[in-house]
Order: sequence, then C-alpha cells, then structure tokens
Amino acid sequence: MTRLTLTNLDEVARAAEEKHGRWKSMLMVCAGTGCVSAKSLPLRDAFRKELERHGLQDEIQVVATGCNGFCAHGPICVVQPEGVFYERLKPEAVPELIESHFVKKQPLTEYLFHGADEKAVPFEKDIEFFAKQQCIALRNRGKIDPEDIEDAIRAGAYRALRDVLRAGTSGDELVKLMIRSGLRGRGGGGFPTGVKWESCRKAARERGLEPVVVCNGDEGDPGAFMDRSIVEADPHAVIEGMLIGARALGATEGFVYIRHEYPLAMQRLNRAIAQAREWSVLGEDILGTGMRFDITIHRGAGAFVCGESTALMASMEGRAGEPRAKYVHTVEHGFRDRPTVLNNVETWANVPQIVRNGAAWFAGIGTGDVSQSPWGGSSGTKVFSLVGNVRNSGLVEVPMGITLREIVFDIGGGIPNGRKFKAVQTGGPSGGCLPESELDLPVDFDTLVEKGSMMGSGGMIVMDDHTCMVDVARYFVDFLCDES
Amino acid sequence: MPSVIVPDVLEVDAIVDRWKADPEFTVEMLQDVQKHYRHLPKAALERISERTGADMGRLYHIATFFKAFSLKPRGETTIQVCTGTACHVQGAARVLDAFGRELGVKPGETTPDLKYSLEGVRCLGCCGLAPVVTFGAELVGGVDSSKVGKLMRRHRATGSAIAQQPGAKKEAAE
Repeated sequence: MTRLTLTNLDEVARAAEEKHGRWKSMLMVCAGTGCVSAKSLPLRDAFRKELERHGLQDEIQVVATGCNGFCAHGPICVVQPEGVFYERLKPEAVPELIESHFVKKQPLTEYLFHGADEKAVPFEKDIEFFAKQQCIALRNRGKIDPEDIEDAIRAGAYRALRDVLRAGTSGDELVKLMIRSGLRGRGGGGFPTGVKWESCRKAARERGLEPVVVCNGDEGDPGAFMDRSIVEADPHAVIEGMLIGARALGATEGFVYIRHEYPLAMQRLNRAIAQAREWSVLGEDILGTGMRFDITIHRGAGAFVCGESTALMASMEGRAGEPRAKYVHTVEHGFRDRPTVLNNVETWANVPQIVRNGAAWFAGIGTGDVSQSPWGGSSGTKVFSLVGNVRNSGLVEVPMGITLREIVFDIGGGIPNGRKFKAVQTGGPSGGCLPESELDLPVDFDTLVEKGSMMGSGGMIVMDDHTCMVDVARYFVDFLCDES
Repeated sequence: MPSVIVPDVLEVDAIVDRWKADPEFTVEMLQDVQKHYRHLPKAALERISERTGADMGRLYHIATFFKAFSLKPRGETTIQVCTGTACHVQGAARVLDAFGRELGVKPGETTPDLKYSLEGVRCLGCCGLAPVVTFGAELVGGVDSSKVGKLMRRHRATGSAIAQQPGAKKEAAE
C-alpha cells in the first residue's frame, strides 16, 4: 500500500507498469456475473494449476477481469498482449489450450470465435462484435483486475483527479468543461451533466448548504446491464468521476445506490472504496491536498421506481421509495433536503476521461453541435446491451450516431436460426419498438424520441419474426402496472 | 425449521449496531434481517423500531413496498426466474410456469416444506444468457422449460443446480 499524493501517482503507475511488464503473457479470464455463472472461476484455477505444471507460473499471469461484454460466449479468456480470444471454455480444455497456445505456439481453433461463414477468428479486434466499438466508459473492461487498485492506477486511474487538484481547477471551470463536452445523462434522461452541476452549485450557494453527490446504480430497466458491468469491470472509474464531481460541487459526502440484485458489483465496489481509502484517494486528505470526500453504499431492495431521483433519495433516507411531485428538483432539495447531484454509473465513468482528454475530444465523437448548447447534440459514446434474438448478444459501446442497422447486423451479426428481423425495443418499459423501416436511424438522444421511442439507459432487445408484438405491448403494460 | 421463528434479540441488535442504529439505514437493516431469517419476523421489526425510533407503521410500509422483503418465511432456496425483456422474448413465461408445476406453487409462494420459494423477477442483468434463473446465489443461463425438471432433480439431490465436476466440492446454495 502506498499513500498516493499529487507527485507520486505517475511514479506508482510506472512501477506498476514495470512489474506488469515482467509477464510475457496474460490470461485475462472474464469474471463478470455472466461468465462466473458459466464457471469461469474454476477455469481460472485450472489455468493456474496447469501453468504451474508447465513451470510457466512466473511468465504467464492469470487475471480475473470484469465483464468482457460478449456474455453469450462465456466463459471467455483473452490472451494478451496479442489479443487472442477464446470462448466457451471449460476447465477440462485447459491442458490442451496451454499445450497448444504456449508450447506449440498455435491457437486452439476449437475454442476460437467462429463467424457466420464458419471461419475461425483468432483476434478479439477482428471479431465483428468488437470491431465497431469505441470504449470510453468501458475502456478498461477485460484489461485490468477490478479488485486491485494498483492495476487500475497502472491503467490510468486517478490521473484526471490528480490533474484537477494539481492545477487547482475551480468548480466553475469543471462545470464549463462538462457543458462544453456535451455530456448528457446516460441513465436515460439525457439531461446535460454540466447544467445539472451548475444548478446544484447555485442552489447550494443560495441556501448555504453543502451539496451531496450521488451515483445511481439502480439499473432497473429490464434488458439493460451496462451499469452492473462498469462497476464490475472498473469500479475506480466511477469513484474517480464522483471525486471530480465532488470537487466541482464542494461536496464531502457521496453515495452510491445500487441494486441488491447485483451482489458481485456491490462486492467489487466495496472493495474498491476500501482500497481507495487506504491509498488516500478517498477520506480526509485526498492525494495529500486536504480535500475531504467519502462514499457510502446504499443497497436497493427491489423497486423499479427507485431509479427515479426522488424515490431513490427517499429510500436512501430509510423510507419507502415513493416518488414525490417533480416540481421541486433534487438539485435544490434532494437527499436530506440538501442540494444533490444524481448521475448514473455510466455518466460518472465518462467524467475522468473528459477531464483527461478535453471537452473538444468528447464533443468530437457523436452527433450534432454542442458548441452553443449541450442540448445541441449527443456527444461521446453510449453503452448498449444488445440482447434478445440476435446472434452476438452482449454489451457494446459505440459512438452516438451509429445506426440501429450497424448495431443489430454488423456488431450483432443479425438474427439467428434463419429468422427475420421484426423490431428492436429501446428505452426500457417507457420506450418503444422500432421496425425495420427505422433501422437506418442514427442512435442518439433526440432522434429516437422523434420516432416515438427513446434511448433510455441503453437496453436494446432484438425481436425476430416469431415475436408477438401484442404480447410485447402487454408485457410492458403489465410491467409498468406492477411497478406503479 | 420451526414455522414460527422467534428472533434472538441479540442477533437483531447486532444488525442494528452494524448500521449504528441510524434510521437512515432502515432499508439496509431490514435487508440483513430478511437475509438472516428469510423473512421479517414481527418481533425483529419491533426491536428495530425500539432501537431506531422508526414507528411500526413506517417499517411495515417499507416491508411491503420493496420486493426484497417478505413477512412470511421464504424457502431455504429462492428460485428466481428472470422475466426481464430479453428473457421474456426467449420464453421466460414458460420457464416460470414449468417451475410452478414442478414445485406445485405459484410465483410468490413457498413450498409447504419450506424448501423452495418461487419468484418471477424483473431483470437480473444477465441478458446475454437469457433466459436466466437463479437458485439462491447460483445463476443458470440458457434455461428453457424442458430443462426445468432436470435442474430441479439435480438441485434436490445435490443442493446445486449446476452440474458438478467429479471431485469438485459442493458449493453451498446460499
């Protein structure tokens, strides 16, 4: 353990990189919820045992990573640095794989990904599912050990925070940076993050109260699991985003509200928070600057409506999660009646990258023009969970403005079992279904709303021609009745 | 397991102390009580009320509002059939029906021997593996209604729904 300061962060990262560089190869075994359920942990143990048998344990590292995203093909293992992708692995296959890959230097074809043309695709970057993706929120997925802060630091964690604190960037400057970047809320609302922060700062000034920073991890939309994956794969990105938000707002208290259905995400986040405290990234003297901020976790208890800001805050105050009238905004009267900024997991995970790479970089990705107003377009990328009747289902991060057709057919590989595409449902229960005629629409906040659906938190459920649309409509009406 | 559980006041106090008797963490305390007793016994709620000052009306409001809570004992293993959208379009309703037939209970009910509770739940967030079912802490993907009988037979016999490798240790279901 090292106490991180403004001056030693790069050194710590360098030392970690040097240590890391000693490994000739890394076996990145996916340990997200999906792969764990497909028994990736016995797989990891089998790799370790087999490497020892070959005397390779000091040359090849086995890392249990967060969610890789290609969940339907789990358990997944990517061999780095070359990036060879193995899927549907079993512990029984490990001796053969080690023998073939590391002794004979031949990838084991049987467990490689095979495209629609039945050809094996050895490298992850060449697989259609990954080829069009651009990762910001998921930048570290499958690349780090989410339970090791040192590995996160090696991969760049807390550099944005360090930059902000070292340069003495003011709250106003950070708010302006977020507004110029065009970052809009990834939880579904699409409200500009910088504008939200600015309103909260104003309310805090006027009311003379310290604001509160909250992360919404109550991912309630059925068919969406990006927030779970981000927390499982890179919890420090969320913590760092909240720290930068706290700096912008002058907050010392932060909260994460997370669904109890996500035990692994909760466990990883708890561990990351504990490590961040040990390394003085959270607590009383952050990076040796005297900044104070800490994070408390609240568990949701199974109520869809708790994703709504006022219901979420009621639940955090120890009451039933019932929403109140919306005309009083939570940026003014939120948690404990204090001015509160609530952003979702994916939004927070974008914040450090915007600080690191600049507003112009982020605004340069996506659609529209946000130079005059953050409402002018949709900047950056969005994570979608591409699921249902689609060949390659999983989690994808793509630039805003990509078409539905590219997502469903190029990345998703189209409809399996020789069936035809019927519709894609976006936006969760309050969204809508888009038929084939709308497949060439660019996906961003505003276009989908015009067409009567919405982007929402990013669930994308593909339906084939055997799906009954009346049944789907009934399903969502039932859902909303039941959760009201 | 006796049908009426009399919670040990010390156990309830330990839970309340874990959250420093802070009423803001009432939902957390109830979750811990639910986990420990597989329901919220009245006496435990009364103790929490005494310790935190939250009135019983408010505690019952919370207990009946959130899906995680139950006032009646749940089974040793809760079987959750995901009925999120991705699971739904891949036949989750038939899977839920099949479990209902297999166990002889409706969703939301518990078998009379208190072995199993059956629930339909909204999205477990493993949509890539749809349709998904959990047995306690175990998650099984790609379940269709024809596999339900086999999963139940295996779970009844071994306490796990996942096929074990020879020589592997049996994992506890919860």
